[in-house]
This record gives sequence, structure tokens and C-alpha cells, in this order.
Amino acid sequence: MTINAAGRNIPDTIPGYGEVRHFKGHDRRPPEGCRFGKRNRAAFNTRRDKTLPDLKAAISASGLKSGMTVSFHHHLRDGDYVVNAVIDACAEMGIRDLVIFPTALFKVHKHLTKHIQNGVIRQIMGSVNGPIGQLASEGGFSVPVVLRSHGGRPRAVTSGDVVIDVAFIAAPTADNYGNLTGAVGRSACGSLGYAHSDAHYAQCVVAVTDNLVNYPAPCIQIPQFFVDFVVPVDKIGDPAGIVSGTTRVTRDPMRLLIARNAAKLIEATPYFKDGISFQTGAGGISLAVAAYVREAMRERGIKGSFGLGGITEFFVDMMKEGLFERLLDVQSFDLAAVKSIAENPNHVEISADWYANPWNAGCAVNMLDTVVLGATEVDRDFNVNVNTEADGAMLHGIGGHQDTAAGAQLTIITTPLLRGRIPCAVDSVYTVSTPGEVVDAVVTEFGVAVNPRRQDLIDAAREAGDVPLVTMDELVEKAQELTGPMTPVETEDRIIGVVEYRDGTVIDVVKQLKKK
Amino acid sequence: MRLRRTKLYLPGNNPNMLLRGHLFGPDGVILDLEDAVAMSEKDAARILVRDVLKRGDFGDCEVTVRINGMDTEYWKTDIETVVPCGIDGIRIPKVEDPKDIALMDEALSQIESKARIPVGRTLIFCLLETALGVWRAFDIARASKRVAAICPGGEDLRADLKTTRSENSEELIGPRRMIALAAHAAGVDALDTVYADITDDAGLRRETEWVKQLGFQGKSVIHPNQIPVVHDVFTPTAKEIEQAKKIVEAAAEAAARGLGAVQVDGRMVDKPVVKRAEYTLQRAGLKAGGEKA
Repeated sequence: MTINAAGRNIPDTIPGYGEVRHFKGHDRRPPEGCRFGKRNRAAFNTRRDKTLPDLKAAISASGLKSGMTVSFHHHLRDGDYVVNAVIDACAEMGIRDLVIFPTALFKVHKHLTKHIQNGVIRQIMGSVNGPIGQLASEGGFSVPVVLRSHGGRPRAVTSGDVVIDVAFIAAPTADNYGNLTGAVGRSACGSLGYAHSDAHYAQCVVAVTDNLVNYPAPCIQIPQFFVDFVVPVDKIGDPAGIVSGTTRVTRDPMRLLIARNAAKLIEATPYFKDGISFQTGAGGISLAVAAYVREAMRERGIKGSFGLGGITEFFVDMMKEGLFERLLDVQSFDLAAVKSIAENPNHVEISADWYANPWNAGCAVNMLDTVVLGATEVDRDFNVNVNTEADGAMLHGIGGHQDTAAGAQLTIITTPLLRGRIPCAVDSVYTVSTPGEVVDAVVTEFGVAVNPRRQDLIDAAREAGDVPLVTMDELVEKAQELTGPMTPVETEDRIIGVVEYRDGTVIDVVKQLKKK
Repeated sequence: MRLRRTKLYLPGNNPNMLLRGHLFGPDGVILDLEDAVAMSEKDAARILVRDVLKRGDFGDCEVTVRINGMDTEYWKTDIETVVPCGIDGIRIPKVEDPKDIALMDEALSQIESKARIPVGRTLIFCLLETALGVWRAFDIARASKRVAAICPGGEDLRADLKTTRSENSEELIGPRRMIALAAHAAGVDALDTVYADITDDAGLRRETEWVKQLGFQGKSVIHPNQIPVVHDVFTPTAKEIEQAKKIVEAAAEAAARGLGAVQVDGRMVDKPVVKRAEYTLQRAGLKAGGEKA
């Protein structure tokens, strides 16, 4: 056992995961080795059509066998049909023991539960939520789930830590020679950012599309030379679950209050000036922060440089209004973003590698001024938990949390102080997802706690005069005073989840919940 | 002068709101034991409100409790429970008779002395929700030194007037004018009733501008999102503050030099203008000289 830099006591090897590289600090692991490559191949002009009749034909042609690793992207979100269809086909073909390596899973993938229970799926490396998360937390897998950030995942792929045997890429539009795009098609999802590393590095790439068009496809995002086979299917997803129709700013007063506090902090810092770059999530508080910041940019005549990350209509409108020059889009959340990426050259698709991989010559998060992120818990050391709930169940992925926090000049965590009667500011988080050393401020309805290592921000907030400053200890004590003591989570010794930091070290582990 | 631009109602049975209401920055909070609480929950809400009051964590807000009406069996237990916590005031619903205010004054004094709280500390805010109450507004406002404000009712008053809500609340024009008049005659604040449509910010702004013009000092709100709108209407603009400072300074200078009339920006300024300028500065939270009050 070793106590890592986040103060967690972690075994030196974990069954089903292997040898642990311990987390030593956010910038302490130097990159090693070279980029891993896929086998060379040739496709001569005797084969000018890569389409195959169905998934089973593609699975056979790809050489997929029991025990191999298959990957998927999550751009179709809760509307995705492809993951379930591929695993169903594998099951019918008698393939077992698969490691699935999705960029994220959604509620729709609850369908996989039966394949986990009957041994078709042995391990998931990627975010688990809802019923699969609950199943994992209760010990439903023989080997631990491995959680990686949006930057940590391409790092694992490009460095060869994870070898993808077959990547199945849902493509809203494809031609018969494997040029792919998410920008158009009835299942359009905009950016295909998370699929790029898989296309580049998987030993075999199978595109699955419900919009096969004449060669060459328009708005090509993933080019033909990465793609081995193309499978036309009836539907790759349900458009209603792929994109949300509209993005509206919340009217929930508490969320607005937290957002207002966050916006006041942003406006107080030296980053709030011409050229500011900005990322927020699409959630209630994040979007409200963006709305307040937009107001302030208009009032003070500030023009930003770029908006990053998951892109919503809100950011598209800000670019149209001239408040951003460009959008760097790894994931398009709504119809307006999908339309914009197809039409506007200033709305640029970026890959997850480009977005957040710490092991390249510089990813986009490094150029980020301000990011607003959420949390399930924060603690006295500003460590953030986004993976587990108060009952110890592992229900969420890391997303770009670690990456943007490490990259941005100003990392703000917004969270209510309590959710119901559950405190969100605690002595020590149950799981460290993002270390406190890369978090600058925690914003709640009861005030704004700035990390003491950012005295410059504390001074700037004091000077502005309207930021309700408190200390992290005050927030924790306030939460404790309101909720009383919490019963600790009871666990078995067995590790069911490994949380990697973006550099491939283990920052924390999640243990199996004790049966109630 | 105590600013009473907004008073935020907090349901007495909702711990979430009771603990957080002050964070939204109203000038005052009203912990509600009356309409927000079902009959079956009166006791539980009273205990909850008492416990929240004991924590005493309300920032700079003026803390009042809306008790149950004096025609119910609850009002005595209500004040016996909440007044010893050291609140700023109570809000009495459906006041119709100045004698009730005198009775309340006496009851409060007894509780205050028993709880070793300075006698007279607990203010009274009267809700005039019937035609009779509005008719007697002046006498009610003068019935005790504790009375800090009188407030018109909304729906109850409409019902008593045997009318319904119209788009611009024309049915309440008369009562509101009477209350503004009575309040200023008696030297207390006139505070307006709530605007019920919590999603209609434009309507709220219109109504607030109108009651401000009538002479009201503030308005109750039922949703935190209404606070910035009402504050915006009742807070003097930077330009108004600048002008008021100029007038007050010029008046002070003239007084020091023994002059009666003053000129500001080429215009003669007389006493009522100076008085209004002073009031503008007070509303901005500034003293006559412009420094923070």
C-alpha cells in the first residue's frame, strides 16, 4: 500500500487492473515511450467498396474474438442504438469475455446488464452510470471498472496502455469507402471528437451508419484511410435522445444564486478581459454562469477568443453575437450546435486528443482561461468528487473534469452546499476525482471559497468587493451544522473501480458496497 | 432609515427556504406561519421556525414572522414561541381593529419582559386585507408605537371587495392610495402586497413602479427571482444619487452661510426638493453627506 499525493491509501497492485502507478501530483508524471501505432494494412483499388451487409458480417471480418477490447463513442448519448446492437450481435455469435471501452455510457445502455451477468462483457473501461454503475458498485463485475477522463482516455490509447482491437464508430453519415461525419444525417450529432483516437489507433475500425451517401461524403471528419468496414443499418439512434431541442437558462433561484456568485468571481479576476476563453457544462448552474458572464461581457464590451468543450446553442449564439471568435467543439449538445458545426468554419471540431490529452505537444485545455465545473462533493483540501454519490455508489464518469481543471487558469467548482440533507462540502471526499491542487475556487449559495494557494484571486475578489468570500473550512462547518453527522459508507475490501488521473496514475479507488 | 424594499416570504414548513432565504439578498424575510402552512402542520411549522430563528443566521435581513390571525386560536402560541427568539417584528394578518393592535402591544411587552428583551423591540407590521381594515388604516397605524408599516392585502381584499383580479389590479387602486396616505399621515412605511405571477418580470416591474409612484417604500415578494426587479425599481440610479448629493451639499453650504434659497445647476432649489434629495440618499443607503450610512 502507498499513500498517494491525494492522501489516498492505494494498493501497489489491484486484481484485474494490475500494477498501480501512484498519483504523485498533477504534473509529476513525465510522459514515456512513443505513440503506439496500429498494424499497417493496404487496400488496393480492387476493393472499392467497404460496406458489409450487417453487424455480424463486420464482426467476423474484423477478427473480433472472445477476450478482446471493443470501443465506442458517446456522441449519440441517450439515443444510441449501436453499443447495444453490437454487443447483442457478439452474444449471438458466442463471443464472450469482452472488455468494452466506451467514451461514456448512458441510461439506454442498461440493456448491457444481461450481457454483464452472463459473461459476454467482462470489464468496462469508461464511465458507468445508473443501473450499470449500481451493478458495478455492488460487485457485479469480476474485474474493476477503470475510469478515465476525456483526456486520460486518448492518452491511454495513444500510449498503448489500452489496445483497441475493434472500434465501432456510429456515423450519422458515411460513404461506402469509409469517410465519416456527424455533421449531417437524420441522426446528426455534430462533432465526432471522441471517436478520433479510436479511429486512428484501433486495430480495426468498423463504421456503423444509417445514412450511406455517395462517395465522397460531405463535411468529412474521420477520413477513409482509418476505416476498414462500413455497415449500413436501419437506425443508429433516436434523434430525440441524441440532441436536446433547446437550451434554456434555469429559473431555479438557488442555482441562479450560485451562478451569480461564480460570475462575480470571474468578473473580479484579471482573466475577465478581451480574449477570454471559457468552458462550462450544459447543466443548470453552468449555463446560468454563462448567461451572467455573457451579460457582463456585453456591459463591459469584452470580446472573448474561444468557447471550448461540449458546445450548446448558448455558445453558438455568443459566437454569432461576436462574444467569441471561435468554438472548439469536442461534443455538440443540441441541434443549434449540430447545425453550426456543419455550416460555420469558425465552429471547429476537435478530437479528445486535441481537447485534453496531457501527453501531446499541447492540448486545448491548456489555452483555457476559465472553466466552470460541478461536483458531487468537495472537501477541505479542495479535492473534488464527481464519481461517487453520498451512498458510495459509483454513478458518474470523470468527463473533462480533471483535464479542464488542470488546464484552465481559473477553475471554479459550483455546487449547492447541501443536496436535500446531504452535505456537499465535507472533511474529506469519498472519492478523489480531481485533486485540490488544480481547483481554484468552490462556489456555493453560502459563499465563495478560494483556494488559499491562489492569494492573487483572493486579493482580486476582495478588491471587487461584491464576491461573498468565505473559507472552505467555514463551508464545511456550515454544512455539518445544518445536516449533523453522516453515517459512513460501509464497504467490503474489494476494489470495484479504479479512478485514473489524466496522466495514467491511480488517484483513487472505489470499493464494493456492503450488502444491506 | 431601515430599507424595506423587499420582504421575502419563506414558508414556515420548508427548511430549505427558511435556511437559505436571506442568501438571496432581500431587505427582510417573513417566516410564514399563516397561509403557507396547512392547519394540520401549524405546530410542526412553529417549532421549525423557532429552531431556525434560534440559529439567528439571517445576514443583514430584517426578520419578521407572519403569525396566524388574531381571530384564530394560534396567535398567542405563535408570539410566545417566536418573540423570545429576538425577532425584529411580527406581521399580523387581517387587522381590522386598532384595539387588537393595542392588545398585541401589551401581549408583546409581557413576552419581551419575561424573555429579557428590551420592551418595544418587536415591531408590528399590519396586513390590511379587508375593506374595514383599509378604512381604519390610519387608526391602526397609530394604535401602537410598534407599528412599523401597513400593507394592503391582495386576494383576501379582492374577495372582501366582492371583485376579482383584473389585469392591472384596478380594483386595488383605491385601497393602495388610502394605505399610502394613511401610512405617511401616521409616520409608518407603506409596503405593498406580493405580485403573484412569478414568471412575469415585466408585470412585476410595472406594478412596482406604479406603487412606488403612489408612495410605497417596498413590496413583499414570494420568489427570490423577484428581488432584483423590485430592488432595481426602489433603488435610486447613480444619476439620481449624484443629483441628490449636489442638492444636499448646496443646501448645507447655503445654511452655513445663512442663505435661504439655493441654486443648483442654475435652478432654484427649495425645501421640499432638499427633503426629497435627502430621502433619495437614504434609500441609496447613504447619509445626507453621501457617506455610507
